[in-house]
Amino acid sequence: MSGAVAWIRRHPVVCFFVFFAIFPWLVPYRSLATQVLIYGLFALGFNLLYGYTGLLSFGAAAYWGLGAYGTGIALAKLKVTSLWLALGAGLGLALIGGALFGFFCLRRRGIYFAMLTLAFAQLLYFIGFHLADWTGGDDGLRGITVPPVVLGGWRISLDRSVVFYYFALMLVGLAVLVLKRILDSPFGAVLQAIRENSDRATACGYDIARIKHLSFVFSATFCGLAGALDALRLTVVPIESLHWSTSGQVVIMTLLGGAGTFFGPFVGAAAFLVLEDSISVVTESWPLVIGAIFVVFVLFLPKGIWGTLTGGFHGR
Amino acid sequence: MADISLAALAAQVFTGLVLGGIFVLLAVGLSLIFGLMTVVNFSHGALYMLGAYFGYLLFKSSGSFTVALVVAPLMVGALGLLIERFLIRRLYGRSPDDPLLLTFGLSLIIVEVARMIWGKIGLTLDPPRAMAGAVNLGFTYFPIYRLFVIAVTIVVLIALWLFLERTNVGLVIRAGSRDPLMVRALGFDVGRIWFLVFGIGSGLAGLAGILAGPMRGAYAEMGVTIIIESFVVVVVGGMGSLVGAVVSGLLIGQIVSLTTFFAPKLAEIIVFIFMAVVLLLRPSGLFGEAGLAE
Repeated sequence: MSGAVAWIRRHPVVCFFVFFAIFPWLVPYRSLATQVLIYGLFALGFNLLYGYTGLLSFGAAAYWGLGAYGTGIALAKLKVTSLWLALGAGLGLALIGGALFGFFCLRRRGIYFAMLTLAFAQLLYFIGFHLADWTGGDDGLRGITVPPVVLGGWRISLDRSVVFYYFALMLVGLAVLVLKRILDSPFGAVLQAIRENSDRATACGYDIARIKHLSFVFSATFCGLAGALDALRLTVVPIESLHWSTSGQVVIMTLLGGAGTFFGPFVGAAAFLVLEDSISVVTESWPLVIGAIFVVFVLFLPKGIWGTLTGGFHGR
Repeated sequence: MADISLAALAAQVFTGLVLGGIFVLLAVGLSLIFGLMTVVNFSHGALYMLGAYFGYLLFKSSGSFTVALVVAPLMVGALGLLIERFLIRRLYGRSPDDPLLLTFGLSLIIVEVARMIWGKIGLTLDPPRAMAGAVNLGFTYFPIYRLFVIAVTIVVLIALWLFLERTNVGLVIRAGSRDPLMVRALGFDVGRIWFLVFGIGSGLAGLAGILAGPMRGAYAEMGVTIIIESFVVVVVGGMGSLVGAVVSGLLIGQIVSLTTFFAPKLAEIIVFIFMAVVLLLRPSGLFGEAGLAE
């Protein structure tokens, strides 16, 4: 067991690709696999900020929503015909949003930071609600047609769900690779130093304000890519994308899986979605069940599923 | 014409005062708990909602609004004590994020249980008969019940102030928010003070809920929006500062109320813009000490 864990730790990106290549055949239906990928990426973005930098955000929905609306508006309202351009619009919007809100939220630390991220996300929710000409308001943004992927000389239609899955896998895998590079870089080491002891990181001469801001922007961009992919998956952007409950969802997923672990976000997303799927068949009161599970995890399993199974990352 | 709009404006200022009063009660509870325990209680909004429902049930069954007004906050306060004793207490010594996460989960549970018991459709509460109708303030008519809410808020705040400033327990609470280690070294049981303060803060949330009930009705999600606004009030006021919570609550009540009057579409957004401006100018809030419990 420990040998396998050590191998997984050394080659996380390879493991990611191998596992997710066969994943659609391990779940009851394929769309669940796509959802796990996308929500896993969302949780990965949140985890970079919370698990690795130690900044608890309750506003991740803002960047998920910006990504979704950016891509959705490009396709549905601006009639952009290039998929890459549309994805770029979502990514760019999330990045700008992250840079702007990050500047404000990072003016305070600790628990204030959590409340500020929540407040700014709520601001965006209301803006989205009122800008109905662009966002569709309460009804959500409709009329998104997904153009084919143009890659080199190839044109691939994403209409078939299996094709869409592997397209998403390619992009999510790319994000995983980028995350791995970030974490292995000196910058990534400073992030974790900030999490462990930010005063000490300051004393070591790091400009932690800038590094935190950069981490915030990276995190927002990952969340934005996830949101953009979800807009393509659903071909609709519901207003709930920006709602605080979406932020809550990603918090729950990440902690279920294991904050500060590499695979925790994907494990958590899978656990959350599978549970939601099976429990909402039995009872309407899904929030009660997941709330109770979450409370138990916070109290007794703070390392989450993956963190507990693999003996854990060193604390949080 | 000018007269009419001036009267309407005055009425709006009073409405803002009522809204501000509710904000103040919620923010003072949050701030009290945070100042002492560095715990942010995410379930504060859910407790507010329970205050409204408990108040509704008590009012229906006893027929007396006074009973409801006294007992509902006590019930919510008692629930707060249980939450501290059995859940939050386990997290002392861990990251301050953990109680926030825990109470977030708890709020999901409480809201869903409320939905199961009382249904998805909200209940409407009538103000007690003695306080139905409006009173002529000279320049405008204003619902009596809302004046009553303002009065109760003022009385409760004065009582809380006297409790904190004039009693021995209050002295220990204030000392505890300064330096819990020293208070412990002097032989006080800090755990019991935290227990008590969590109960008081929760009770204040319950009180805000029952007061808001006859104005806004009772529904399971009623605490969700207002908890975020209360967070803003607390951040603007300066976390842990009770004076800050009061001033900022009243200020934001006015801002929301007047924006509703002049530019209704901006009413939901203005709070957050105001917060952003305050953060730019005074990052630690209007009355906050820089670096407190960060």
